[in-house]
Amino acid sequence: MASGETQTSTDQQRRWLHIRKLLERSGPFCHPDFEPSPEILDFIMESCKILIVGAGGLGCELLKDLALLGFRKLHIVDMDTIELSNLNRQFLFRKNDIGLSKAKCAVEFVNKRVPGCEAIAHHCAIQDLDEGFYRQFHIVVCGLDSIVARRWLNGMLMSLLQYNDDRSLDQSSVIPLVDGGTEGFKGNARVILPGMSACIECTLDLYPPQKTFPLCTIANTPRLPEHCIEYVKVIQWAKENPWGSNTALDGDDPQHVGWVFEKAQDRAMKHGISNVTYRLTQGVLKNIIPAVASTNAAIAACCASEVFKLATSCCTSMNNYMVMNMADGVYTYTFNAEKRPDCVACSNSTRVVEIEPQATLQSIYDKLCEDPAYLMKSPGITTVINGRNKTLYMSSIKSIEERTRDNLKKKLTELGLFNGADILVADVTTPNTVTIKLKFSEYQDVEMTR
Amino acid sequence: MIKLFSLKQQKKDEEGSARAGGSQKKASAAQLRITKDLNELNLPKTCNTEFPDPDDLLNFKLIICPDEGFYRGGRFVFSFKVGPNYPHEPPKVKCETAVYHPNIDLEGNVCLNILREDWKPVLTVNSIVYGLQYLFLEPNPEDPLNKEAADELQSNRRLFEQHVQRAMRGGYVGSSYFERCLK
Repeated sequence: MASGETQTSTDQQRRWLHIRKLLERSGPFCHPDFEPSPEILDFIMESCKILIVGAGGLGCELLKDLALLGFRKLHIVDMDTIELSNLNRQFLFRKNDIGLSKAKCAVEFVNKRVPGCEAIAHHCAIQDLDEGFYRQFHIVVCGLDSIVARRWLNGMLMSLLQYNDDRSLDQSSVIPLVDGGTEGFKGNARVILPGMSACIECTLDLYPPQKTFPLCTIANTPRLPEHCIEYVKVIQWAKENPWGSNTALDGDDPQHVGWVFEKAQDRAMKHGISNVTYRLTQGVLKNIIPAVASTNAAIAACCASEVFKLATSCCTSMNNYMVMNMADGVYTYTFNAEKRPDCVACSNSTRVVEIEPQATLQSIYDKLCEDPAYLMKSPGITTVINGRNKTLYMSSIKSIEERTRDNLKKKLTELGLFNGADILVADVTTPNTVTIKLKFSEYQDVEMTR
Repeated sequence: MIKLFSLKQQKKDEEGSARAGGSQKKASAAQLRITKDLNELNLPKTCNTEFPDPDDLLNFKLIICPDEGFYRGGRFVFSFKVGPNYPHEPPKVKCETAVYHPNIDLEGNVCLNILREDWKPVLTVNSIVYGLQYLFLEPNPEDPLNKEAADELQSNRRLFEQHVQRAMRGGYVGSSYFERCLK
């Protein structure tokens, strides 16, 4: 901004001296195609657009790190507002900011503090932003605490991939995802090249399952204070409906937490269990694992340098999954997480079926069963129309078969399908649901746009 | 490894907006997986599914009519809710029919290990169906959710059987009322 432009050129030179050493000289760790040049710094500052997802513990660190590395076109998205308990580690926020948007406060702070930085805030859920929004970025880096959100983002970046006619990946459509995560003294950072290296869905098994207790234990033989809290959460809340039957338990509502705390204490007393506290109640209800500021700092720094490496090619990227454990000494290990050839998200299973525009669903169904390229047994066919799932035909489930049987007689166009539309086909003969793109034969020579 | 950014590719914006990307929204990974699970559902002859909305594969009911054991002749309805984090997290399953059963409480909570602590992403809706069916054939008094029923099953099998029958015909067992659920 203004202060950035009024800097003298010597100041400019000195400010980026260290970065320029990396970008204007070659070295043994450079990417083979790296060509040292002062233009790379210009690219970082003027063109390279980075999206930071999450403005919490990792997000604050990432925004600061990337701004100080010279990135200016930064966007940050977070739907949350600032709470008192964030302030020990989310250092871009102050006590006066409590209740305000995390994304907005973080951006305001960094733009003021780092001359030239033009970060933009988005105070909304990631799901509120569309393909056009995500497509504008060169790299996405995320510091999230939710697996659902990671999977959604992963799916979004996969859906932006373009494939050539020979089914090879169009590399210009790849938006790398750098993902960081922390839990107490443990953390991980990874680099995902959508369609090229292991994605979130490929390694879904690596996420630890949520800690749950057997229902019968919490119901009959509680031994831990957590068992008492879980009991109230899982069983007593639904039974007593303290705020009416449609009110879901909200871990952020102090009245709800208070009610659970009281009932859990009663239960603990009955079973001779001690140490049910308000804090523990809150922790169990919201699955809180205490956050450690230095874990966030280390993981975010690692992610930020991966972003820098990807953007500049001044060094080859991490390959591709780094774990860090600081619970007992400091231990890190980096390994190559492998891409699953049958991954639901990133294996390019899309195939094209050519069909007459006047064809019925029955003809597609027959083709899938009879065409030697498919030879399916009982394909279940669904699609997504205007963001809504629609079941076109599924023979294996009686109640659905009866209600979708009439669709077989209908023309594809009557069912809302169009040239270039995707249908999803599940069958015992394929390891996953397959995406099939319809290509209307009379449109052959026209480019397949909607 | 590829070099993702040559400086030539700077004009990301213009290029991006001009791309032919389909405006069709992709189905979520959870949706793709549940479609696969359901299409391959291999139900025992005692079980059936009902989909109130055929377009919504994430919410459905499973009806079990056991043909042997204590619960022979009954008709029990379970609701399945599959969340966006499937298969990382199991579906939420509740029993909608009031039943006198050691592992199912009067609110419809079901104590089945694979529905909570032993769930794994490799398991499918089919695994749960078999798990639930097994609960009716072999109620497990060691892991009780309805303690009264469990104690009775252990101490007096005949009495337990009578109570199960009474509950299925519709009536009171102890202070709890059960709606008739015979087929």
